[in-house]
Amino acid sequence: MLKVLKSGFYSSVQDKGRFGYRAYGVPRSGAMDAYSADFANALLGNDASAAVIEMTMVGGKFQFLESTFIVISGADMSPAINGNAVKQNTIIPINANTVVDFGNALLGFRTYVAIKGGFRSELVLESRSQYNEITTSAKLCKGDVIKYMPFARSYNAANAVVKYNKTIWTLNIIEVYQGPEFNWLSDVQKNQLFTTEFKVSKLNSRMAYQLTPLLKNDLKPIITSPVLPGTVQLTPSGTLIVLMRDCQTTGGYPRILQLTENAINSLGQKTIENSINLRLIE
Amino acid sequence: MSYNLKFSRYNKCSILIDWPSEIDENILNSILNFKTSILNHYSKQNVEVVNTYNSILVIYDVAVENINAEFKRLKSLFKLQDRIEKPEIKIWEIPVCYNEEYGIDLDNLALKKQCSKSEIITLHSKVIYTVFFIGFLPGFLYLGGLDPKLYFNRKSTPNLNIKKGAVAIGGQQTGIYPQNSPGGWHIIGQTPVTLFNVDHNPPCFVKAGDKLKFKSIDKLEFLKLKKRFAKDAFTPKFSSTNA
Repeated sequence: MLKVLKSGFYSSVQDKGRFGYRAYGVPRSGAMDAYSADFANALLGNDASAAVIEMTMVGGKFQFLESTFIVISGADMSPAINGNAVKQNTIIPINANTVVDFGNALLGFRTYVAIKGGFRSELVLESRSQYNEITTSAKLCKGDVIKYMPFARSYNAANAVVKYNKTIWTLNIIEVYQGPEFNWLSDVQKNQLFTTEFKVSKLNSRMAYQLTPLLKNDLKPIITSPVLPGTVQLTPSGTLIVLMRDCQTTGGYPRILQLTENAINSLGQKTIENSINLRLIE
Repeated sequence: MSYNLKFSRYNKCSILIDWPSEIDENILNSILNFKTSILNHYSKQNVEVVNTYNSILVIYDVAVENINAEFKRLKSLFKLQDRIEKPEIKIWEIPVCYNEEYGIDLDNLALKKQCSKSEIITLHSKVIYTVFFIGFLPGFLYLGGLDPKLYFNRKSTPNLNIKKGAVAIGGQQTGIYPQNSPGGWHIIGQTPVTLFNVDHNPPCFVKAGDKLKFKSIDKLEFLKLKKRFAKDAFTPKFSSTNA
């Protein structure tokens, strides 16, 4: 079992999210930066759907009650075991009762801890991703315990040579496709979209990231329609809202752009005041 | 009726199909028939289908490599849909207590509409509503059929904590809050029914295309039903029809 000694700013268990429940209004959820979560799982030889811990901005402190192996990936939160720094993106053997401690995110915004075999937290509607009113709690709290299968034997990590590609989230370029209402935009608006340096506003969460500055806009709302993580909505006031992993299933603002999967992962590593440039791809 | 559908790629894993941009029951029926034929064709593990007023979004669990071949396959499924069996439509009876204790905005609504509270309750509970789709929150039903006399603009400042089960009016819509949440609609009553429960399969007993009717109950009945619904995996009464 893992014991949460400190939860950090916002930490939650995440996997690939819920597939097949959107028709009941249930969001997809899942790791914000799926690239880092997948990387950590792959290194351990886990299935891509294995549950990981996602930490945001300020990391937590966790005690592993049984021996196992973990991989830390994503943002650098200066991970340490008994006060000694440990490396990210490499397999770390964990002895029983080891405490792993994280600090503030130095580069990037979200850090992942994957464990051999995956975390066995509660499974609700076929996923362990924590979400308000779906799982018992929306995030991890001090004192929570999460089950995992102990793993004592050393093993040959076949995937240990895979290299972590940091550039996908250190680059400021966010690649987008045209959204369903893209052609409602004027040429001036289109030009502005792809020449402006946007910044992540303080309104950023697992549900959505708002961008500044505003885009001059007189487009009307649309009839409520499907949206997905990565959909960029343009509100009547001109705010660009990029929907993220925990977004609602439907929305009423024009859907002008759609982020690529890599772009969603990259944006999930950005925080307030970070700059981005949108780039249209075919 | 035949519609000119627009097929487009939404992202690597999904395809958007658009009908004319209107709220219309004939469009809904066309959408739901197509949705059924898509769901019959694919495994639920590989494809999920959601609908709204005038769209279907088909989401695949892997990237769609040959998008044109997939458009073609969907179009041929659309042509087949006349032959599919129409799904059973349920008419749910949702008990609502319109007491001022629960319908906290009912007084104000009656004042603004210059009518009595009982007129509002009658207008609200005599209609058979159509469930167009579920969205916004898990278990939130988009209902069509509100009497135009009850149309009322949303509040400019939302309530921060609307209670689970609150029955409300916002703009041209009426709905039920499936969980405690902030919201800008006017609360006219409360239902003891739980609309969304993760321990049930499916988690919401209502599906797109079903019908729904509100039944006015008093506080005593409300409290009795609330106890009953909390104890058992209880769903409200319904009757069935084949549309």
